[in-house]
Amino acid sequence: MSAPTTNVRAGISARTVVWLQGFAGLAGFAALLEILPRSGLISPLYLPPFSTIVAALFKETMSAEFWTALGDTLEAWAIGLVISVLAGVVIGIAIGSSNAVRTLTHSTIEFLRPIPSVALIPLAVLLFGSQIQSTLVLVVYASFWPVLIQVLYGVQDVDPVARETARSYGLGNWAQIRYVIWPTTLPYLMTGIRLAAAVALILAITSEVAIDTQGLGKQIADTESGGAVAIMYAYVIVAGIIGVIVNVGARALERRLLAWHPSMRLDNAGARA
Amino acid sequence: MKSGMPSLSRRIAVMLSLPAALIAAWWFASAGSQNFYFPPLRTIVETFGKLWFSPQAIHNIAPSLVRFSIGYIAAAILGIAIGIPVGASRNLRNVLEPVLEFLRAIPPPVLVPVLILFAGLGNEMKALVIVFGCIWPVLLNTVAGVRALDEVLAEVVRSYRIGAIARFWHFILPGASPQIFTGLRQSLSIGIILMVISEMFAARDGIGFALVQYQRSFAIPEMWSAIILLGIIGIALSMIFRAFEAWILGWYHGLRQSQRAN
Amino acid sequence: MVGAANPMLDVRRLRKVYADASRTVEAIRDVSFSVAQGELVCIVGPSGAGKTTLLKCIAGLLAPSSGEIVLEGQPVAEPPPAMAVVFQEYGRSLFPWMSVHDNVALPLKHKKLDAGRREQLVRDALAAVDLKGVETAYPWQLSGGMQQRVAIARAVAYEPHVLLMDEPFAAVDAQTRADLEDLIRVLWRRLRVTVLFVTHDIDESVYLGQRVLVMSHAPTVIMEDVAIDLPDERTQLETRSMARFGELRKHIYSQIQLAKQGWRPPAA
Repeated sequence: MSAPTTNVRAGISARTVVWLQGFAGLAGFAALLEILPRSGLISPLYLPPFSTIVAALFKETMSAEFWTALGDTLEAWAIGLVISVLAGVVIGIAIGSSNAVRTLTHSTIEFLRPIPSVALIPLAVLLFGSQIQSTLVLVVYASFWPVLIQVLYGVQDVDPVARETARSYGLGNWAQIRYVIWPTTLPYLMTGIRLAAAVALILAITSEVAIDTQGLGKQIADTESGGAVAIMYAYVIVAGIIGVIVNVGARALERRLLAWHPSMRLDNAGARA
Repeated sequence: MKSGMPSLSRRIAVMLSLPAALIAAWWFASAGSQNFYFPPLRTIVETFGKLWFSPQAIHNIAPSLVRFSIGYIAAAILGIAIGIPVGASRNLRNVLEPVLEFLRAIPPPVLVPVLILFAGLGNEMKALVIVFGCIWPVLLNTVAGVRALDEVLAEVVRSYRIGAIARFWHFILPGASPQIFTGLRQSLSIGIILMVISEMFAARDGIGFALVQYQRSFAIPEMWSAIILLGIIGIALSMIFRAFEAWILGWYHGLRQSQRAN
Repeated sequence: MVGAANPMLDVRRLRKVYADASRTVEAIRDVSFSVAQGELVCIVGPSGAGKTTLLKCIAGLLAPSSGEIVLEGQPVAEPPPAMAVVFQEYGRSLFPWMSVHDNVALPLKHKKLDAGRREQLVRDALAAVDLKGVETAYPWQLSGGMQQRVAIARAVAYEPHVLLMDEPFAAVDAQTRADLEDLIRVLWRRLRVTVLFVTHDIDESVYLGQRVLVMSHAPTVIMEDVAIDLPDERTQLETRSMARFGELRKHIYSQIQLAKQGWRPPAA
């Protein structure tokens, strides 16, 4: 927001500068995590130095337990995501295709959406105990909504003229969906999948922490109660890294697939995405 | 009022029809239920009345809402306070972006064990969990909102030598507010979730605490009633938020409507 | 060159170069001119002539690469309090979350006036631009022409010595443009303010100005400083049908055509 200057830049490209700045930020953060416990400002019992955490992390990656836990989390995430996307698409197109159905269900959707998924934890525990199904209940419930909402936006965005044309050419419902509704809905669906992927991962790990199902979350809870603080932080970092990969990956995928879809897209809240 | 719009009573009828039908279906389908985990809706409703309309209900509802409010408001203030300078400075943004990207990817409930280490099992821990979870949508959306401030308006502000404080109150904050509200809305649901989770872990009161108690003691109708209560609270908070947003962002809704009309 | 001994505005050898990692663009090579107190000077030129860049440098919004802008004897380094700018994009230059009244009053808030005087200025400014009864409306509830009037009122209320206008009527329909052009001349005479008016519309520049500075293509220099010897009392109907109007218009038009072909005055 300041007035542009008239300097001429040296040979480094702008992109490299951005990378360097970001790297500096991360390095600074790591340095902070190293200095704070070592200087005693924060007790190293609560926050081990960064180097200790990294060492613990490397050690964990040697153990099979680590990879099993990681696999469990990703398994719950993936299965839950697939279920919620399928459900969201099917139900979304079914509801969205008819104005009457959409109006009728609008209030129900708006009522159910804000219900926190964690409210279902006790129910899931009673029904499934600490098995993966408990996690799936939470994951699917939470990640279903973003997909549904986005698909509904997408179906709403379908050009009515195109639909009329399709209908007047005698295209049946199925063909209409395939040639008219689906292409318009696709960009919205991608946004929904991106949002759902992030939510699904969070809920998967959350339920592992809360319900004790196998996975990264359980490792974190166990190491905390067992006093293996450095290992606990190591798992926290892994959770963060997986989250970053999922977020960044989903965004990149969305961008790539939508490079040729110049549409106005709305995010979860109806603002420009 | 546009012509052809159905009357208010008709709209209410449509709005309530499906939920009413679903509830009725649930009521009758579960009427003779012997299933331990899915008691008749009637039993649940009776339990709800007994449990949550009694004077002791406050002992559980109030602490939950207080923790939530403190955590949410603190997260909102922090998120906006940090988001504005980060949004305004490209360099600051470049430096902090990877770190923020990482921190926001950590599922907040994961921090409950971490925060238990630091803050024990008391209210501070719960408030901190809520803050840590709720701050990200607010912060990131504030950054986006500040970045998207209109350049022409920025030049107007500069050309009329409008001072820093006035610039904040009359340009930056209102300009970014639609996007900020998007973040606040996302934080609302996150805050409720974290309030419940932190209470499930270590608490002596609160709705989450009650929920877990009922589950552990197999008090099933009570458990369901607590679930329904959470749902109602979620809906109520969402409605209150929407009313607040409509009040503050009245100008924005008017603006978008006039743009759409063109 | 027309100019008093102590000009209101003095632009001396202005040069502006945009540079980034990949290339350098010389937008303005060498522009010098003076504007006397109370003059109405138009700046006209082909697209890409750096007119907006020039105006922004004068307004203190952009730092020149070399050269000086001097306003009332003081060099301009940042937006000076004696200047007000009216931008082309009226829709984006008004705050959509404020009423018309608050939009006009905002720049006055820090001018350390008491509330009574401020209200007076706002009222007078809105009356001067012929806007009645819109004080509580929001800008987006008004038409384009009315929005630009609000922006002009805001500039007028600021009581500037120099009024800079950057193609303010380019995005407005022809009928509204004619009304606004007349409004500018009326305001200019009444307030006795110095006006620098940038436009790409040759007719408009001749109709409005006492002088017209014709800009070349980038790297920009002044092609010619044309004195407009039309009568002071101007009307859309009569002035535009005068023979002299046609001559001046034709002359500037051919200058612009030369500019488009890359012709430049010698020693540029």
